[in-house]
Amino acid sequence: MAARGARRGRRTAALLLCYVIIGLFVVFFLFPPYWMALTSFKTNQEIESLEGIPFVIQKGATLRHYQDLFTKTDFLIYFKNSVLVTVPVVVISMVISVLAAYALSRLGFAGAGVIGTAVFLVYLVPDSLLFIPLFKIIGTLGLLNSKWSLVLVYPSLIVPFATWLLIGYFASIPKELDEAALVDGANHLQMLVQIFLPVAVPGLIAATIFAFTVSWSGFLYPLAFTFSSDQQVLTTGTVTSLIKGDVYHWGGLMAGAILACLPPVLLYVFLMDYYISGLTAGSTKA
Amino acid sequence: MSPNSTAVDVAATARVRPARSLRLRLRSRSAVAVLMCLPLLALIGGLVAYPFFYSIYLSMLNKRETAFVGLANFAYLTTRETFWMVVRMSFLFTFLAVFWKAVLGFTLAVVINALPQRGQRVWRGISLIPWVMPLALSSLGWWWIYEPTHSALNWVLVVVGISPKPWLSDPFWAKFSVILVNIWYGTPFFMITYLAGLKSIPVELYESSAIDGASAPQRLRYITLPMLKNIIAVTMLFSTIVTLATFDIIRVLTRGGPRQTTHVFGTYAFELGIATGDVPLGAAVSLFMFPILAVSAFFILRGIRQSTA
Repeated sequence: MAARGARRGRRTAALLLCYVIIGLFVVFFLFPPYWMALTSFKTNQEIESLEGIPFVIQKGATLRHYQDLFTKTDFLIYFKNSVLVTVPVVVISMVISVLAAYALSRLGFAGAGVIGTAVFLVYLVPDSLLFIPLFKIIGTLGLLNSKWSLVLVYPSLIVPFATWLLIGYFASIPKELDEAALVDGANHLQMLVQIFLPVAVPGLIAATIFAFTVSWSGFLYPLAFTFSSDQQVLTTGTVTSLIKGDVYHWGGLMAGAILACLPPVLLYVFLMDYYISGLTAGSTKA
Repeated sequence: MSPNSTAVDVAATARVRPARSLRLRLRSRSAVAVLMCLPLLALIGGLVAYPFFYSIYLSMLNKRETAFVGLANFAYLTTRETFWMVVRMSFLFTFLAVFWKAVLGFTLAVVINALPQRGQRVWRGISLIPWVMPLALSSLGWWWIYEPTHSALNWVLVVVGISPKPWLSDPFWAKFSVILVNIWYGTPFFMITYLAGLKSIPVELYESSAIDGASAPQRLRYITLPMLKNIIAVTMLFSTIVTLATFDIIRVLTRGGPRQTTHVFGTYAFELGIATGDVPLGAAVSLFMFPILAVSAFFILRGIRQSTA
């Protein structure tokens, strides 16, 4: 009896230790967004003041920074540009990825293996390796300082991973399904649309989230390819253009950053399982 | 088929027809397949392969891009003290960040995995927030946290009796600060992959070792680590690539300063190639990343092949 009690005591202590460690991690992880949100609701006076504890709002919350964001800055233009870029990028990337993943996973043909490996290697190419030649190419195409240049280049960051992800999902669909469809005289496009896509919905959602997040969060390409305010997207607009003006611009800056973060964070909150399945698809295969 | 076909012929064609139609079908199949891969191939060719070779070409031009200078840009870079600072900072940044992300991510994964099943989802969900926020914007938040007089970090230091630090204006603390943000951002990714790995270890292994009286550290040493060896390695290699290619954090927090001490390959290439307009030199700086990326990619590919074989 005593031994069992001791063991239970040890287990409780271990669990307690686990919660302490997790608590420390959560403080580390959540402090920056908390601090950003908090600052965005503080008055300039309070941000400036050095009195009291800064981790709570003492002198009353204000929405003025958000109001100013919409009325006195180009924030809405950046938001609109981010949407205008992200929507076509997601659509284009998904179409390319679905077609390629279907062909690579189902229509075994000479070269499929090579292309599969190439897709994986291209996925490993980071944006900071190629932004300079892309800058020149975009200049040649006359797309410099145009948000549409991003619609052109972003798919190259998305399609390789999305294709790779979808190959995994398509490969898990039983082969009997497509044989049955082929016997019924369906062509490949019909088969893809009517059989594969409905079954692979979780994979499609995971890939779409990935595409959205990459496009919405992109910073280097828009920083390199666009510079005037009417062409900037949320990331670059918030970081480079909102800084002007007030000495104590922190409230407005944080309000902008929080609003710009919201779409991907909300998407994550509502579709967490898909998000994580996409994220871990690589590792569980590895 | 001959018009005067006999019964034998009919039987023969009956045998042949499926074979031929299969061959036809196969042929159309690979035609369809190539067609369906065409957009992907165009994308890779036009936006990855071509720019890569184009950047090699660019790196061999003079500043005004009017003359071919061979490897002169690379040679020039190696004579610049700033460039070697960039190389050292890139390696320091990558090494320290990947190391700590792996250690902290592993710790957090093990801890979350030890919790009752129901709580795991919540903690895992919360822990991924830094990874989900666009990095340029959360870096902006960190920029404000590091602000020396009115912000959080120095306030805490003063309260606990430590002298405030010039987080972003002193070379040592600036390096510390940018690496810390990368650890904050990347630890969740390590946690999530390691957690998925932990879940894939058969429970029976732990049960039988418990019967044999193995202690928790022994189980970690002899079961968990060997079973996760491959995932740990591949995740670290993958992160090496992404971390070496860092741009957002440093661009937002320090722009490479103070006195160029926090530049990494990406931000230095941007500074030279885009901000000051020396495209060939910027392209050359970027290309210095390539050998490390290639080696990492090779080992990642090998690691994945090994575990699927």
